[in-house]
Amino acid sequence: MMDGGTLRPEPTVPPPALDRLMPMHLWLDPGGRVLSAGSTLAKVIALPPVVADEVPARLFDLFDLRRPGGVADMERLRAASGHRLYLVARAPGQPAFRAVAAGLPDGGVLMNLSFGIGIVEAVRRHGLTEADFAPTELAVEMLYLVEAKSAVMEELRQLNRRLQGAKSEAEERALTDTLTGLRNRRAFDQALDRVLNQMQVQARAEADPAGFSLMHLDLDFFKQVNDSHGHAAGDQVLVAVAQVLRRETRAADTVARVGGDEFILLMPGLTDRARLCAIADRIIAGVGRPVIYGGAECRVSASIGVTVAEAGIRHDAARLLADTDSALYAAKKAGRGCAILSGRGEMIPPTACPPGEAGDRR
Amino acid sequence: MHGLINRAIQNFLRDTYGGSLWVGVVRHAALDFDTFEPMLSYDPALTDRVIGAATALLSRPRETLLEDLGTYLVSHPNVEALRRLLRFGGIGFADFLHSLEELPGRGRLAVPDLDLPALDLSETGPDSFCLRCRSVLPGAGHVMVGLLRAMADDYGALVLLDHEGEEDGAEIIAIRLLARDFAEGRRFDLALARGA
Repeated sequence: MMDGGTLRPEPTVPPPALDRLMPMHLWLDPGGRVLSAGSTLAKVIALPPVVADEVPARLFDLFDLRRPGGVADMERLRAASGHRLYLVARAPGQPAFRAVAAGLPDGGVLMNLSFGIGIVEAVRRHGLTEADFAPTELAVEMLYLVEAKSAVMEELRQLNRRLQGAKSEAEERALTDTLTGLRNRRAFDQALDRVLNQMQVQARAEADPAGFSLMHLDLDFFKQVNDSHGHAAGDQVLVAVAQVLRRETRAADTVARVGGDEFILLMPGLTDRARLCAIADRIIAGVGRPVIYGGAECRVSASIGVTVAEAGIRHDAARLLADTDSALYAAKKAGRGCAILSGRGEMIPPTACPPGEAGDRR
Repeated sequence: MHGLINRAIQNFLRDTYGGSLWVGVVRHAALDFDTFEPMLSYDPALTDRVIGAATALLSRPRETLLEDLGTYLVSHPNVEALRRLLRFGGIGFADFLHSLEELPGRGRLAVPDLDLPALDLSETGPDSFCLRCRSVLPGAGHVMVGLLRAMADDYGALVLLDHEGEEDGAEIIAIRLLARDFAEGRRFDLALARGA
């Protein structure tokens, strides 16, 4: 059924058209020699221009075909038609490519290459522009996405940093007494829990355990200051008391305001009774100094109950607090402005302190 | 309105008129926070209140303020990332114009809940275009005018831009491209230098 030999011509694509559609193509003759190379590919692998009277470069001299394995000649390259190929240019420092090959009727091969995932690096290194890619390629969209993603990630990172800062600030505020800047009840409860837990862990590990002490301080005559000089004067007194407590304690101690005119001190590692008495007396002396507010002299004193939590004994928070409380009650009963030490259930007035450390007790 | 847009307005006001103006805007617009978080969403009414407060405090017409915002988005060094993302739209300014309809889609590729104005470009003659802009933000077309003017500068093109008011709920912008390569334009590398 041949109609007079009018064979339909095979469509042929001249190299410039091929380059426009596939700026990273390689057109190989049956011997694997490069008949034409896309302009972008030629730029990237520094391929000299294909000149008619020169021996063309050969594919397998230019590239190492890594995968699939064993594609080392034209026959096997033709057999791999349609598969995804991975190849690396032999010149040092060149990017990896992915490619697809299609066998041509004359025994040659047409290949199209792309950068794959290494595109950002390739574009950066070779200064490629949008004109180096076919307009249908999504390469530029990929670059756009990489940048957009980085910009969004940066915003999220900054948001997280701000939230983290706000969280620590809120946590700090939740543990601080706003008037005096001391810790509050919540912070004290946490600190007591922490120190009790630590003692248990140390006991289990048979490590050298450390005890601690609690000091519960209540102001005497505070109500009178408030009543006769106003709440602002009372606040001033509380701030002054806080200063005394901060001065007489160490950085590792927890100093908390736990009620209107009540304070608790938690002193880890401190169980020496003589030292505790000295500290209590210094606090009583400091608190006893009058505070001047609006020309008026505001005088309060401090009653203190002290409990020592010895190492090596399992302590209960409620029990310790109750002991401290009854010591404080005893101090109030003993005439105010003094400290009572509650040790092993018995009350020891601070007069039992070594001489010379008692301070100016009233 | 997306926090990114609100934050862009905040940064524009801060970078252009100083921190004290922003403090005034926060008070005048009765915001109960002092900074927009770019990755959160806000009631669109807030955006309008912020712009209203800024125009009142600066005694500038809303249109010119919005146009300056558009220019800022492309030309201020603090928003270089945005300029770069816009430049991915095309090789030349004409290409960029043709890519405008893709802009909301490009925005969503990066931030799925980002609602950019819907843009519709038609050619009205040789090198003449008409851009229709629909947005929940009244006056968004003026932002586009400022942005297009700055992008034309960026590409080195010479354009005439005209906001022609509103028609069927869309703001109309007439664009005449007088010269594609009028000036050098700013450099654009497809890939950022490492560490930049």
